[in-house]
Amino acid sequence: MTTGSELQPSGEGTVEQPPVTRAPAIGVFLLRVLGAVAIPIVAFFLLWVTFDFLRDEDANRLLVVGVAIFVGVAGVFFLYWGMNRAIELLPERYREGVRPYVFVGPALVILSVFMIYPVINTILISFKDSVGEDFVGLDNFEFVFTDRYMLRAIRNTAGWIILVPLAAVSIGLAFATLADRLGRGESIAKSLIFLPMAISFAGASATWTLIYAFRPEEFGSNIGLLNGIMIGLGQNPVPWLQQQPWNNLLLMVIMVWMQTGFAMVVLSAAIKSIPDEILEAARIDGASELQVFRRIIVPTILPTIVVVTTYMVINALKVFDIVFVIGSPEANGTVVIAERMIDWFFISNHDGRAAAIAVVLFVAIVPVMIWNIRRFREEEAIR
Amino acid sequence: MSVTTAPPAAEPIPVRGKGLEPRTGGWFVRIAVLVIVVIWMIPTAGVLITSFRPEALVDTTGWWTALAHPFETSQWTLENYRLALDTGGFASAFLNSLAVAIPATVIPIAIAAFAAYAFSWMEFRGRYLMFIAVVGLLVVPLQMALIPILRLYNEGAIVANYYVFPDLDLNGTFLGVWLAHTAFGLPLAIYLLRNYIGSLPSSIIESARIDGADHFTIFWRLIIPLSVPALAAFAIFQFLWVWNDLLVAYVFLGGSRETRVLTLALQGLVGREGENWHLLTAAAFISMALPLLVFFSLQKYFVRGLTAGAVKG
Repeated sequence: MTTGSELQPSGEGTVEQPPVTRAPAIGVFLLRVLGAVAIPIVAFFLLWVTFDFLRDEDANRLLVVGVAIFVGVAGVFFLYWGMNRAIELLPERYREGVRPYVFVGPALVILSVFMIYPVINTILISFKDSVGEDFVGLDNFEFVFTDRYMLRAIRNTAGWIILVPLAAVSIGLAFATLADRLGRGESIAKSLIFLPMAISFAGASATWTLIYAFRPEEFGSNIGLLNGIMIGLGQNPVPWLQQQPWNNLLLMVIMVWMQTGFAMVVLSAAIKSIPDEILEAARIDGASELQVFRRIIVPTILPTIVVVTTYMVINALKVFDIVFVIGSPEANGTVVIAERMIDWFFISNHDGRAAAIAVVLFVAIVPVMIWNIRRFREEEAIR
Repeated sequence: MSVTTAPPAAEPIPVRGKGLEPRTGGWFVRIAVLVIVVIWMIPTAGVLITSFRPEALVDTTGWWTALAHPFETSQWTLENYRLALDTGGFASAFLNSLAVAIPATVIPIAIAAFAAYAFSWMEFRGRYLMFIAVVGLLVVPLQMALIPILRLYNEGAIVANYYVFPDLDLNGTFLGVWLAHTAFGLPLAIYLLRNYIGSLPSSIIESARIDGADHFTIFWRLIIPLSVPALAAFAIFQFLWVWNDLLVAYVFLGGSRETRVLTLALQGLVGREGENWHLLTAAAFISMALPLLVFFSLQKYFVRGLTAGAVKG
């Protein structure tokens, strides 16, 4: 079977390469490194020079965008094209050994500089002092697990990663199942639920402040929807966003509102891929709709549910924007881990502690990472 | 929850003309769907309505009161939008958002497409391990990269007295943000594109090679045109992600009035304890306008991109 997606190093699946005669190993290696590094460095230099020029001119934004698109598309293409021509100039026995690295190289170089190096560096900084110079042992981690706000943030984040995925996936699954039976109007209904996905967390937070808005007596009338309802019911208006610890739930609602659409769309696609015969067979055998749902639909799409839930857990773990935009997380007790990190990095200017908080986030995600890789390898083995 | 395995599909069931449960539900389904949709629409509707009401009314009555007599023209105005765009600085923030989002979408796609092609159709040492690394990077939190990258931008990196990474003073520049977004978007881009490009039929590529085409020609003439759906799906994804991002822009671009993007400008408004509602809602809608447009016009690709990434097989 010839599928190009087999990634075994010695797999024979891919397109036959012309026989490569042995080339001196060192030479090939150097050429590979050169091929990989050349494009990013030239591209970066080009962008930097062009951009510096534009900045000096105090350029208008449209011009900046224009140049960037030109350099980004045409520039990147011509760089790859030029490198390809350069390879053609090499003796034939070198060519096919070097070419793949020109294709993959730029991506790997960027990932190394902007992700792999930073991860290692952040781990190092997490053992250093506030300016990242001298090692202080485990002090920063001791802080992370003793500071009042950090403990609060860990508790709150635990709430986020349990409740948000639970609510979003449940509502999404229920809605996908219901909408599946709607017939006409299904796609409109789904688009409307999905719509908040396109909005930023900042936009969503602004949107929801209008619902939670509160004004104390004699400071104007209450124009928030929730307090409008309270007044309509003859109750006193409530400062919703200051009700500890319930205000955390109110912030989670914003994220659920945004992410349910994602869960719904993915689960809906999975439900639609269940063969009709299975469902019809169960119905003929007298199964009720609820039984069909519990015994057939849910078990069949369980793998998808797991994937979606994992994705949501990761998102909830990293939640920052909502808490940050709504404001006063310390006073209101709505602190979360990712928000603490930015706070210590930018406001309290303690790089060591900020890095330690980031490392805590990272360690929490490592199991997902391993699981992800394992799942990928299993899938590759099946293909 | 009880986990039962799905019953294996038995022999094909003879389809009976009648007696099968109808696939479309009754009133219960319709009403339930309607209720959820209405609840989901309320927040957005509130913003939209408020943004068109004059300041005096916004400040004294709830937005829902406008629905009681919707045709009374005196209660609608465009003034809020004019104010937000001009004095609120949202016009320039809009342009800044464009200046960040478009290059930060295009550059990673170009780089990822080449890499995805190599991972799918080229033979080289270490490609399995390299791709495993990309899969691993998919979930690495952004927060891990912020401090070191900011230092690289401000001070460069020095190993044994030599600049390994020169001090370029990239902080606060668009280029710095583009590079960061490019890097953060690459793992997903490579992963999604490889899934797609790797599943193209190998016979096309083989016959092209027999005709004497080299990898570059195959990639440019064959793979790119065939991959348009996947490229479009990722482009929408990345564009929305960058447009809606607050964290990366906050860290690398900062909140100064000249360079701040829409999300940061919006955050500045929300912070001020509930005043300026008329401005805030108009501004919020300005920030949503483009993503909503992108979303509705390219919805099909967007959904396809989502499901391609998350449900495989």
